[in-house]
Parts: sequence; structure tokens; C-alpha cells
Amino acid sequence: MTQKIKWDYSPAPEGTDHILLKDKYDLFINGEFIPGKDGKYFDTINPATEKKIAKVAEAGKTDVDKAVRSARKAYENTWSKMPAKERGKYIFRIARLLQERAREFSVIETLDGGKPIRESRDVDIPLAAAHFFYHAGWADKLEYAFPGRSAKSLGVVGQIIPWNFPLLMAAWKIAPALATGNTVVLKPAETTPLTAMKLAEIIQEADLPPGVVNIVTGAGETGKQLVNHGDINKIAFTGSTDVGKYIMKSVAGSGKKYTLELGGKAANIIFEDAAIDQAVEGIVNSIFFNQGHVCCAGSRLYVQEGVADEVILKLRKRMDSLIVGDPLDKNTDIGAINSKMQLDKIKEYVKLGTDEGGTIFQPSCSLPKKGYWFAPTIFTDVSQSNRIVQEEIFGPVLAIQTFRTVDEVINKANNSPYGLSSGVWTDKGSKIFKVTQDIRAGVIWANTFNKFDPASPFGGYKESGVGSEGGIEGLSGYVNLV
Amino acid sequence: MSQRIDIQKTYKLFIGGKFPRTESGRYIKWMDKKESMVVNICRGSRKDFRNAMVSARGAVSGWSTRTAYNRAQILYRIGEMLEGRREQFMAELILQGLTIKQAKNEIDQSIDRLIYYAGWADKFQQVFSRVNPVSLPYFNFTIPESTGVVAAIAPDDSSLLGLVSIIAPVIAGGNSIVILASESFPLCSISFAEVLQTSDVPGGVVNILTGYRKELLEHFSSHMDVNAIIYCGDNTDDQKLVETNAALNVKHVILFPNQDWSKDQHESPYHILKCQETKTTWHPIGV
Repeated sequence: MTQKIKWDYSPAPEGTDHILLKDKYDLFINGEFIPGKDGKYFDTINPATEKKIAKVAEAGKTDVDKAVRSARKAYENTWSKMPAKERGKYIFRIARLLQERAREFSVIETLDGGKPIRESRDVDIPLAAAHFFYHAGWADKLEYAFPGRSAKSLGVVGQIIPWNFPLLMAAWKIAPALATGNTVVLKPAETTPLTAMKLAEIIQEADLPPGVVNIVTGAGETGKQLVNHGDINKIAFTGSTDVGKYIMKSVAGSGKKYTLELGGKAANIIFEDAAIDQAVEGIVNSIFFNQGHVCCAGSRLYVQEGVADEVILKLRKRMDSLIVGDPLDKNTDIGAINSKMQLDKIKEYVKLGTDEGGTIFQPSCSLPKKGYWFAPTIFTDVSQSNRIVQEEIFGPVLAIQTFRTVDEVINKANNSPYGLSSGVWTDKGSKIFKVTQDIRAGVIWANTFNKFDPASPFGGYKESGVGSEGGIEGLSGYVNLV
Repeated sequence: MSQRIDIQKTYKLFIGGKFPRTESGRYIKWMDKKESMVVNICRGSRKDFRNAMVSARGAVSGWSTRTAYNRAQILYRIGEMLEGRREQFMAELILQGLTIKQAKNEIDQSIDRLIYYAGWADKFQQVFSRVNPVSLPYFNFTIPESTGVVAAIAPDDSSLLGLVSIIAPVIAGGNSIVILASESFPLCSISFAEVLQTSDVPGGVVNILTGYRKELLEHFSSHMDVNAIIYCGDNTDDQKLVETNAALNVKHVILFPNQDWSKDQHESPYHILKCQETKTTWHPIGV
């Protein structure tokens, strides 16, 4: 007689005793923390517990104006006049300080946003530091980035970032802007402002001249003030395609430049000759990484018919072993959904998927009672015209279809207004190049998914955006070439 | 013996490698300053534009996947054909109001510009591609890739050189284009289509319409299958309209204020990059 052995993981929570958090965060303007003019604050909560972490100042029109003025003054008087070499050294400093405090930042990122500590520790925070480090070195080498032209800074840049990679997006935006000689007014997302405010502390510690980076917290209205401010030279935005379009319309005729990293609905393509176990692991990483709150998530899976049953069976089995729960636990694979609003949106789409005739599968995992949670979900029996195949859900929800030929899957993959990223899994090199050439998307992962690096440009085709971030292409969005 | 009567040319549109009249049946009366010649120019319509878009979309995948060497040779061939038709263009440019010297310059520079971009067609990818040193065991490279279909409003004051300066970098980069010719001086823009048609440029890669800017700008900028829109001109209302409509499907917007198209700055690979996307590919390194 065999006894069934249970192989549960013991809890492995990351400690929170070493982090420093205040009850209240003010705006970071001209190198100082100051309250908003109207004295309004909003709460930022831990989505895993629904408990309030801190209150954060809400920047109004006057505050945004103050931030832009301080950025302009810093640009005119200090930052644009400083030798590029010195500018670079400040950015290096920020990178180093961030590395030193990486553990603290990881914990705060997880508390404020709900992502598993494994991800904030291994991906978000180290990559954020790497972005500063990589771009720091460019500051005095720009003539090598743009042969035949000379790169001139733009002036004051307004930057608006989302809640899915709060610190990483801040680094991703601030580092290239500073390296190219611009000054910044950054607006973090309203559900995840804490690591940006902690970054403000580091910026203070690094002794960056006042006004070079200003951080104004708030929601959509604050962002609107920034977009429409008359003294901004460029808007850099990461977020939804709808807001991206709003920004394009708002800045039309103003002469403001913009780069936009917008939505996606990436096709992840598994061919029969792929290494199936690796591909299954790749599917999990493509759609369940960061609860699927990823603009480049592989939310449309295309499996070649001959291996479809096998892939789906293995995927279900793998999903059964995913650990959903306490984001601070080092064993957790899937953390909390970022906000109530996002959870509602995911639920709505999943209901829609079922209503449209899709077959749903979710593993039998128990979800915590408090907080915002959603089990990893896959849909089969869906078609191209289903809304869950067409629209970005931004959650752990995968729509699976099958295909027979290379041409068919390329057609299906490209049949989307988006074109941010894509994945292709096959052991045949020539097929990889055929597919990666024909897919209309800015980032293509072959036999991998969701990999990022400061040296690697990231940006979308079609309605997924304008311009790239990262690498040399990312620098070009922050300069005029003369 | 009676005097021979000239055969006058019918100026039509250029869509999908063919020369149709406007489907609308409308015309614009064009005459030179001396009123020595009167021409009926097609007043292109929204439907003409949409037909041209279908041709341009159909052509883009074949054109963008041709070898860069082949695209380079075809651009060079356009230059060759233009050289061979100097006299025709001299006559038209003079009729449009240029002096002999100006007309000669305009043709010389247009040919040179085509040759310049012919030379870039098989090099810009090389210059602007990179292997990125990522901090993970992956091979990672970035290449420029054509954005797709470009809709363009050509410069009004430079009917040949301006037109060529817009078209050449766009097609050198593997895009197809639908371009609205100069409203004031449309003659040699349509004649340029004859050059294209005899230069092995696949049908649909370049489509040239004539008509009113005011009427067509809205359609050029709002069409949902356009990937990038180029606007040449100083009218700020037009510029704003283009930028606003571009938001409908997140088009790239490229604005060129009125300027001297003979300047050296119009010869640059950075003009090709304006209608390029950036594609980055990752692959693991391992066994």
C-alpha cells in the first residue's frame, strides 16, 4: 500500500522589517518633498491585503506647473550646460544607490503592486538599476550613436508610466532622458507610486541638481495636466492604446514630440518541431508572468495541430502546480491583481469568453480571501473574432487556437491592430527567421519570451506605439538630430 | 500641305501601375502663366485614394521582401529613365514656370537624388542594425524594417524634385506610397509616373494622385490602413488635422515645412529611417 505524500511548500516569506516607508508621501519638486497646493492625498494600498500602506499627494494643475517650471529652470541653468561626462556620473550614482538598496525596493514594489517577490527581486529592481547604468555611459558618447548627425537634447520631458512595472518603467523613462541632457517631470501610476517616491529619495541622495527630475503623483487628471502643459517639449507615455491616442490628439499642432508604448495582444506560436516541454514553460512565462499585467504578454497562443493536445495537456498540468498567493512568499508564482478595477476588468473578459462559447480551464487553486486574486486561466474553442482574442485583457488569461501551416499562422498573428511582440517556438532555424521576418511586431522572442534588457530596444508596430525605448533606438526619441 | 496638329497628352492618375482616369469623372483646369496651354488634370477623389491604398497594401509585402540589391537597382533604373526623358521634363517644367536653368537644375538634382537613395537601399539596414550586448545568455539583434504603406502630401512648390525627395527614401526603405502631387504644378508629377512605370517598379509600390489638398487631406490622414503620413507644407491647420487624424490608428507623422529641396540635408539615410520600424529578435544561446 502506498501512502499519498503531500509535497506542499513551506512558507518562505521575505522579511519586511528592513524597509523604510513613511505614512505620507509628498510631491518631489525642485529637489524637495512638498505637499500639493490643494493638500489632497490619496491612499495607496497593498492589493494582496487591501490594507492601506501610505497616503500620497495628488498633484493638481498648479503643482504640475511648478514641477515643469522647476524642470525648465534646471534644464536652462544647470543640466544642459553641464559637461556630458559629469551628467553621466550622476546617472551612474543613481544606478549604484539603487543596487545597494535593491532588497528594500523589491519588497516595496511587491507590497505596493502585488507582484511576486521573486519577480521584483530578480527582474524589476535589477533591471531598473541596469537601465540607469547602461544609459549613464551614453551621456558623453552620443556622437557615436548617431553617425553623421549631432544629437541635441529636447528640453523638458513629461513622462507618464503604468502600474505593471512601476520602478522599472520609471528607470526606463528617466535614464535615457537624463543621459541625453533633458530634464524630467514623471507621473507614476496612482496604484503604485511608492517605489518612484523612494527613487526620489535616491535622487536626492545622489545630489542630482534640484529640478532635473521631478515626480508628481496623481491619477489621470494629473497626467492630463502634464500632457497639456505648454512648456513640455516631449511626452513619453507607457500605457493603454486609448490613452495613447488621446495624447496624440492632445499634442496635435503643438510641436511636442512623443513616444508611446501602448497595448499589445501578442501571438505566441508553437510549431510541431518545438521542444515541447520548454515551450510549455515558455507559455507559462509569456502569459502568467506578472499576473499577465504585461503589454507584451503572449495572450494569444497558436499551437500547430499535431501537438495541440499534448501542449494543452502539459500546460494544464503545469498550471496545476503554479502557486497563487502571498506575493511576499518566495515560492509564489502568481501574485495579486494590481487593483480592484483591474480585477473587475479581467472578470468581465472571462465572463465574455465563456459567453462567446470558449471552453475555460482554471487549476483548482485556493485563493486568499482578502485582496485581489485571479486564478491562471486558459480558453480553448475560441476563434479570431472573439473579443478575448482581439482585445487586451492585461491579466492571466490565455486564448488558445490551433493552426496547420506557417502562412496561416502568420496571417492570424498579424490579424490584429496591435504589433508589440510575438513568440515563436521551433527547433528549425530557417523557420525562426521566416516567422520573425514576417511577423509585424517590434520585439520577437524565439524559443523564449518576456526577456528585457536596457541594451535591447523595445517598442511596437501599428497601434502598439510610436518609437522605441532601450538601446540606441531608445536614445533617438530624446534628441533632435541636427 | 496643311499644318500638322499636335497630339496632346491626357494627364491621368497612377494607381497600381496603371493610368486610370479619376473614378469621379471630375477635372481641374490647369493652365500655364501665359495661358498658352490648358490641361484637364484629374480631380482625384476619396475613392481613388482608397483604390490606391488597396494597390499600395497589396504591393508592400512583395516590395519589402525583395532583396535590398534589387530595390537598389530599381531605384537606379528610375534615375536612368528620368535621364532619358530630360527633354520632356524640361518642357513641362518650363511650362510650369521655371527658367531653362532652373528646370535643368531641378532635373539634374532629381536624378542625383534617386541615385543617392539607390545607393542607400542596400546599406541603411547595415548601418542602422545592431547586435545588442544583453546581460543574459541570448543572441539579440535589432534591424530597421519598413513600416508598410505611407500616404504623402507632396511639396506644392517643387513638383519634381520635391516629389522625388519624398518618394525615394520611402521606397528605398521597402515601403509603398500613395502620394498626392503638387496642386499648383501637377504636370511633371504625373509624367514622373511614366518614368516609374518603365523602371521595373512593381505596380502599386508608388501611386500618384492629383487633386485638391483640401479635399483629400482628411482622407489621407484618417485612412485606417495607412502606417505613416508625410505632410509637406506650412499650413498649421492642415498639420494639426494630420496629427489629430493620425491618432485614429497611431500613424507615424512626418512633417516637412516648405523648404528648398535642393539642399544637401535632403540626402540622408535618416530620411529613410523616418518610415522604418525597429524590430528586435531574441534567441537563447545554449545547447
